Amino acid sequence: MARTDIPPTPGLDPSTGEPVDLTAAPEAVPLVPPEIVAQTLAEYMQAWWLRIRSGESGMLPVILALIIIVVVFELISPNHVFLSAGNIVNLFQQSAVFMMLGMAEIFALLLGEIDLSIGYWGAVGGVIAVQLVQPRTTNWPWLPAIVVALLAMGLIGAVQGTLVTRLRLPSFIVTLAGFLIGNGVMLIVLGFGPFSGYPSLNGLSVNLRAIHDLMWGTVTPAVGWIVMIVIVALMGMGLMLRDTRRRRSGLVAPPASLTWIKIAGIAAIGVGVVAVCNLNRAAVGTLEGVPWVIFIVFGVLAAWTFLLQRTRYGRYVYAIGGNPEAARRAGINVTMVRTLAFALCLLTAAIGGILYASLIGGMSNNFPGGQYVLYAVAAAVIGGTSLFGGRGKMAHGVIGGLVIGGIYNGMYLLGLAVQWEFIVTGFVLLFAVTIDSLSRGSTVGGAARHFFGQR
Amino acid sequence: MADTSGGEPRLKVRGIYKSFGAVQALTDVDLDVPAGAVTALCGDNGAGKSVLTKCIAGTHEPDRGHIYFEGRPVRIRNAHEAAALGIETVYQDLALADNLDIVQNMFLGRERLRHRLLDENDMERAAAETLAGLRVTTVRSIRQPVGSLSGGQRQSVAVAKAVMWNSKVVIMDEPTAALGVTQTAQVLDLIRRLRDRGLAVMVISHNLIDVFAVADRIAVLYLGRMVVQAPASELDRQRVVEYMTSGGLGVSAAAMVAGGTGVQDGQD
Repeated sequence: MARTDIPPTPGLDPSTGEPVDLTAAPEAVPLVPPEIVAQTLAEYMQAWWLRIRSGESGMLPVILALIIIVVVFELISPNHVFLSAGNIVNLFQQSAVFMMLGMAEIFALLLGEIDLSIGYWGAVGGVIAVQLVQPRTTNWPWLPAIVVALLAMGLIGAVQGTLVTRLRLPSFIVTLAGFLIGNGVMLIVLGFGPFSGYPSLNGLSVNLRAIHDLMWGTVTPAVGWIVMIVIVALMGMGLMLRDTRRRRSGLVAPPASLTWIKIAGIAAIGVGVVAVCNLNRAAVGTLEGVPWVIFIVFGVLAAWTFLLQRTRYGRYVYAIGGNPEAARRAGINVTMVRTLAFALCLLTAAIGGILYASLIGGMSNNFPGGQYVLYAVAAAVIGGTSLFGGRGKMAHGVIGGLVIGGIYNGMYLLGLAVQWEFIVTGFVLLFAVTIDSLSRGSTVGGAARHFFGQR
Repeated sequence: MADTSGGEPRLKVRGIYKSFGAVQALTDVDLDVPAGAVTALCGDNGAGKSVLTKCIAGTHEPDRGHIYFEGRPVRIRNAHEAAALGIETVYQDLALADNLDIVQNMFLGRERLRHRLLDENDMERAAAETLAGLRVTTVRSIRQPVGSLSGGQRQSVAVAKAVMWNSKVVIMDEPTAALGVTQTAQVLDLIRRLRDRGLAVMVISHNLIDVFAVADRIAVLYLGRMVVQAPASELDRQRVVEYMTSGGLGVSAAAMVAGGTGVQDGQD
């Protein structure tokens, strides 16, 4: 056995003594993204269908889940209120927090790590911003208050990241400690004695209003249309420009019809969102227009997608998630990239915390940080990001957050007690992780490795 | 075809010593790696093949001895310095990220930028040219993830990644170890093409069939010493096995090995 690597006698045919060839299987066609091999729309659809049938379903399950949630809750919610304009906007607002925390978690998941502290550290970010703008105490302008909150959490993320990268502590343990410390710090920063603080955003101060309006402020219907048209036009031009550049460079570009369908899809979503938000959703008087929070979520999504897909830094995040050793040998400063990802994770979580404060009009000590971190992981994984590192997109956090928000909102409308919400969300998370595990192969790695303690 | 006699070899190792604590891994090792030729480095497990490779690739620094690159004495303290000289190593595990596509892997760590952003089109074109130059044509698309490739294709990508930087010396560690018959043939073809382009190729292998199929020169390490360095035409498989297993002490030792006593077992 020990000598199979040298033919013991000359002339022995090594092809019989060699280890079994595990890699000679014909090229796994379905793994190839359809848009890179298809020249026509029909070919694209064919390749896409082949991929789905072989288990590489991409975003399809989450879109199906979303449709099921919408149909079921619309049918069973009292007075079919689920799809009313008021509730849809409400759903966006509630989901925004899940979306932001989901995007935060994706920074950790892409590296094959996990961050359990995003709930409470995010909340600390929210409390810092809310406290700094209180007119009776510090009375800061709203923008510096938010910037300080984000930077403070980014710094804490960098510290946690340093513990993980330099001291090689498991991220699971470091951020579990951060979860507890963050909870304690949140109670201290709330500052009105233990378990009684409620810094509020209600008041006439322009700075209180500014943070309150992150969630509740709206743009006028006309501005909503204009901004939407500009965004769709920019994205469409970006797609067309990319195809044109590729064709000019002699490279394969996706079929033009596919690009047009994509642009039409983006436009349809934009028109739908703005149209619904511009309906008057007040029982009495007028309440209409796109809430600011939709633009905030979209802006963060665009910024982080750009960072991950178009910059060297983003490429290195994926490389480390896929094969840290290869990244190290390629001369990438792995420690730096990972530490920065933990910092960006908590910075994004702090945006989520500020949005949460805005949603409930202040901050309270009963912020459910443990529940929210699991919702964040669930949102990312339901959206299609892998727990095993290296696979995922920021958009997954947004669409997964919408699913979680939909369940949350629908069960609230049904008047179901919170315990049922926990149970349903728990099952959805289990389901999503199972899909992830089955479709991404059997190797246990990344965050899952931390869960099971096999380092 | 290969110029193995006259002229200065592209890479020359003279009198290298390397020890790890009490273990003497390399003792007074000489090695020539000429341009336009494939040099096979053979040896049993623990003979010092990978230590020698790592001394050339910059992972280890030798305790004593000299490395000459194109006739100049050089110190190679890390992988960057090796790469700067044009020495690239393809490790056995290939160091590819399965989730990235072929282009992304080939440019990993050396991405081309345009306005400080990744210049995907430029990289894709350059990667396609390199692969075409090596006649690696079996992949469907160079935008497919490396995880979807076969073993031979992965090896080809790793080699292409190594040679696209105007490298002058390519070291390959067990390039055919995990491959089937057809794919082994593909990779051996690729090695020959590298040689024909004038690169100095060093292949570390246990598989003597493959070694004799591509190597112009064969060097054998035994217990940290270089016991033979000769043109492949002057050796045969039987002799190389003798050198690998007994340091070439004679027919009696080879007979003993052939009898299956397994003198080298458990050396590493």
